[in-house]
Amino acid sequence: MPLSRLSSPFLAGTNRVTLQMLQLLVALIPAVIAIVYFFGPSVLITMTLAVVVALLAEAIVLWLRNRPLKPFLTDGSAVVTAVLLAIALPPLAPWWLTVTGILFAIIFAKHLYGGLGYNPFNPAMVAYVLLLISFPLEMTTWLPVANLSEQPLDISSAFQFIFNGQLTSSIDTVSGATPLDAMKTQIGLHQIPAHIFQQPVFGLWGGKGWEWINIWLAIGGAFLLYRRVISWHIPVAMLMGLSAISLVTWLITPELTGSPLFHLVSGGTMLGAFFIATDPVTASTTVKGKIVFGAGVGLLTYIIRVWGGYPDGVAFAVLIMNMLVPLIDYYTQPKVYGAVKS
Amino acid sequence: MTQKLGSFPGGLILNGQKKRSTQVAIRKMPLSKKLILPLQQHIGEASTPIVSVGDKVLKGQKIAKAEGHVSVALHAPSSGTIIAIDEQPIPHPSGLSALCISIETDGEDEWIKRQPIKDFTELSEHEIRQLIREAGIVGLGGAGFPSFIKLNPGVHHHVETLIINGVECEPYITCDDMIMRERAEGILDGIEIMLFALRVKNCVIAIEDNKPEAISAIELALGARPHLHETNVVVIPTRYPTGSEKQLIQVVTGKQVPSGGLPIDIGIVSHNVGTTYAIARAIKYGEPLISRIVTVTGREVEHAGNFETLFGTPMHELLAYCGTKRQPEEPFILGGPMMGYNLSGDHLPVTKTANCIIVGVDDGAKASTPLPCIRCGECATACPVSLLPQQIYWHSRAKDLDKAKEYNLFDCIECGCCSYVCPSEIPLVHYFRFAKTEIMNQQQEHAKADIARIRHENRLARLELEQQEKELRQQQRKAALVATQAAKAKQTAELSTKPQKTDSQETQ
Repeated sequence: MPLSRLSSPFLAGTNRVTLQMLQLLVALIPAVIAIVYFFGPSVLITMTLAVVVALLAEAIVLWLRNRPLKPFLTDGSAVVTAVLLAIALPPLAPWWLTVTGILFAIIFAKHLYGGLGYNPFNPAMVAYVLLLISFPLEMTTWLPVANLSEQPLDISSAFQFIFNGQLTSSIDTVSGATPLDAMKTQIGLHQIPAHIFQQPVFGLWGGKGWEWINIWLAIGGAFLLYRRVISWHIPVAMLMGLSAISLVTWLITPELTGSPLFHLVSGGTMLGAFFIATDPVTASTTVKGKIVFGAGVGLLTYIIRVWGGYPDGVAFAVLIMNMLVPLIDYYTQPKVYGAVKS
Repeated sequence: MTQKLGSFPGGLILNGQKKRSTQVAIRKMPLSKKLILPLQQHIGEASTPIVSVGDKVLKGQKIAKAEGHVSVALHAPSSGTIIAIDEQPIPHPSGLSALCISIETDGEDEWIKRQPIKDFTELSEHEIRQLIREAGIVGLGGAGFPSFIKLNPGVHHHVETLIINGVECEPYITCDDMIMRERAEGILDGIEIMLFALRVKNCVIAIEDNKPEAISAIELALGARPHLHETNVVVIPTRYPTGSEKQLIQVVTGKQVPSGGLPIDIGIVSHNVGTTYAIARAIKYGEPLISRIVTVTGREVEHAGNFETLFGTPMHELLAYCGTKRQPEEPFILGGPMMGYNLSGDHLPVTKTANCIIVGVDDGAKASTPLPCIRCGECATACPVSLLPQQIYWHSRAKDLDKAKEYNLFDCIECGCCSYVCPSEIPLVHYFRFAKTEIMNQQQEHAKADIARIRHENRLARLELEQQEKELRQQQRKAALVATQAAKAKQTAELSTKPQKTDSQETQ
C-alpha cells in the first residue's frame, strides 16, 4: 500500500499536470490535420524531429542538473513546447532550424531558469523569436497553400527538402508570402484591402487555408475550455483586445488595415490565444491579471502587425506581456475574505 | 421558507461517503475498563485537577476545575477510582504527551446527584453561562472553544442572529447528521437556552441539502414549537467548506467576518448542533459533558456508524468494537479527511473534539513526489477565502515569510481545497502550516529578543544610575570628609590657640 500523505487533506482530486499537457496535445490534432491538408505533410516531419530533439535535450539537461528523469520527461511539457514550435514554424523549415529552435527553447528558455514552472518566458515563443530574428529568410519562406500549387508536396519530397535543402523538380516555388505579409506589403504599396483580398493567397475572411487552421485551433481551444484545462479569461481577453483595436482602426481608416475578422483568423491569432498565451507558467496567475495579460497580448499583436516591422506579432506580444507578469500579478490580487468592510 | 443565500468563492463538490455510517442508529460504546482524560481538551488553559490518586469518583463528578478565563471544567465520565494523574499520549498530530487523569471504572456507572433546572428562564444569563462552563462544554464541531465565551457577547456587541451549524461539510463525518435525525428535540431545547442567554430571537439552523432526514427531523420538531417562530431551518447547497464558520456566515447572511475579527463583530454567534444538544443536557438534566457521538467509518471498518462514546475511552477499543481490520499502530485519521490528522498510537483516548475516526480513505492522496508549481491557478480558483495559494507557496518555499504574510497567509483556514485540486500534487496546506509556525516562532523570538533588549537597556540604565548615585555619595562623603577634616583642623587650631589664650588668660 502506498504511503498516504502525512498531513491533511488526505483526499486528492484527479487533475494532473501530465493530463493537462496530454489534453492540450489532443486539442491540437484537428489543427494539425488542417495544416497537413493545406500545407502538406512536412509539418509532421518537423514535429517528430522537434519532439525527439526536445526529449533528448530535456533528458540531458535533467541529467546535468542532477534531477530525476522520469517525472519530468513524462510531464509532457517538453513535448508541448516542441509541438507548438513545430506548428509555428514554416512547413518546409530546414532541419537545423527546428533543432536550433528546440535546443534554445529547452536549454536556455526553460532549464537555465530552473525548468518546469520556473521559466518566465514561454519557451516556444522565445525559440520562435530567436529564429525569426536570426534566420528571417528561412522563417518567412512559406509554401503556397497546397491546393493552389498544382502538385501537392508528398512526404518524401518534404523529407528531401527538410534534410537536404533540395526540392524535387515538380514544384516550382517554395516561397509564398503569408497572407499577413501580403496584406502588409500591399497596403504599403497603397493598395486597398478589398483589392488585396482578390489575390489568390486570400480566402473568405483571411488567408486561404490559414483561416481554417485558425478555426480548427479555436475549436481545439473550446475543447480545452470545456475540459477546464485553460480558463476563458486569457483567450477571451486577447481576442477581445485584438478585435477592439482592429475594429476601431478599421472603422477610421479602412483603407489602411484588414478587418477585425481578418486579424482573428490570420497568422498565429488562435494558436496564441488558446495555446500560447494560456501557458500557465508564463502567464498572469490572478483572475483580473489574466484579463489584463490577455488584452495586452491582443493589443500588442495588432500594434506589431500593423505598425511594427514584422507581419505577425503574437510571439513578440506574448514575450512582452510575460515580462509584465510579476507587475500585473502584484496589482491584481483578489480581495481576501474579511478584507471588505461590511 | 425561502431566504436568499449568499455564497463564497471556490470550494469543492466532494464525494460525501456518508452513507456508510448512517445506516444504523447511534449506538452506545460499552464502558471501558480504563478512561484516560487529558486535562486539555479545549482551546485555552488546561484544567487543574481537584482529585488525587486513589479517590473514588462518581459519574459526572467534577475532577478538574477551569483555570483562568478561557477554560472549562472536566468530569468523570463514569464511576470508579482515580489511578493516575500523569503524562499520557494524547491525540495530537505530533504524538505529544500531556497531563491526564486516568480512571479505573467500577462498572457501576453510578451518577453523582444531578441538579436539573426546570425553568431556565428563572436564571440570569450569567448563571446560564456559568452552568455551561461548569458542565465542561466546548465546541463539539472540532475546534473545542469554550462555549460559554461564545454565549457572552459583551456590552459592546449586539447579537442579531444565532446560527446553529448542522452543515457537516466534510466527507465521511456523520455525527451531526445523526444527532439531528435522532435528537432534534434536545437541539431545540439547546437553542431556546442559547437564545435566552444571548437575548436574541432570530435563529438559523443551517443544514446541507445532502441530509434530507436531518432536515425533516428538525423541521418536524420545530413545527411543534410555535414560540420558536423566528427560528428557521435553512437548507444550503452541499459544498465544501460551507461548514467552516466564516464561510457559513457568508452563505447564510451574505456578510463577511472582518479579517482578524470575530463573528460577534457583525452580530453573529454560531454554535454546532452537537454543542447545542450538550447545552440542553447540561441545563435541563444537569448532566455535564462526559460523552460525545463519534463517527467511526472508512474502508477498513466493518460496522461503520456513530457511537455515543465516553470521553477517555481508548480509540483502539472503539475501533475494535466496530470491527476494523486495522493492524496495531496502523495510522488512522482523526477528524475529516480534508482537515483531520493522522494518528497511529493505540492507547489514545477519545476527547471532546474527536468527531470522527476514519480507517481507510477511498481515493486517498498518495505521498508521491510533487512536480513543480506551474502556476495554473487552480488553487486560487478553489480557495474559499480568495487567497493566491500559488504565490504564498512560492514565497513560503523560498522562506520569504514576510512576503507570504503580505499575501495574507494568516487568512488561510487550512481547508485543504488548494492541495486537493493541485495538478502538481503539492501539499500546499502543509507548506502554509509550516510558514505560519515559522512566522509565529519568529515573532516569539522577536518578542523574546525585545524583552532581553529592554532588560539589558534597563540594566545599563540602572547600573548607570547606581554609578551616578555611588559617585554622588562618594562626592558627598568626600565633601563631608573634607568638611569634617576642615572642621577638625579648625577645632584643633582653635584648641591649640585656646589654651594659649587660657594660658595667657591664666597667666594674665
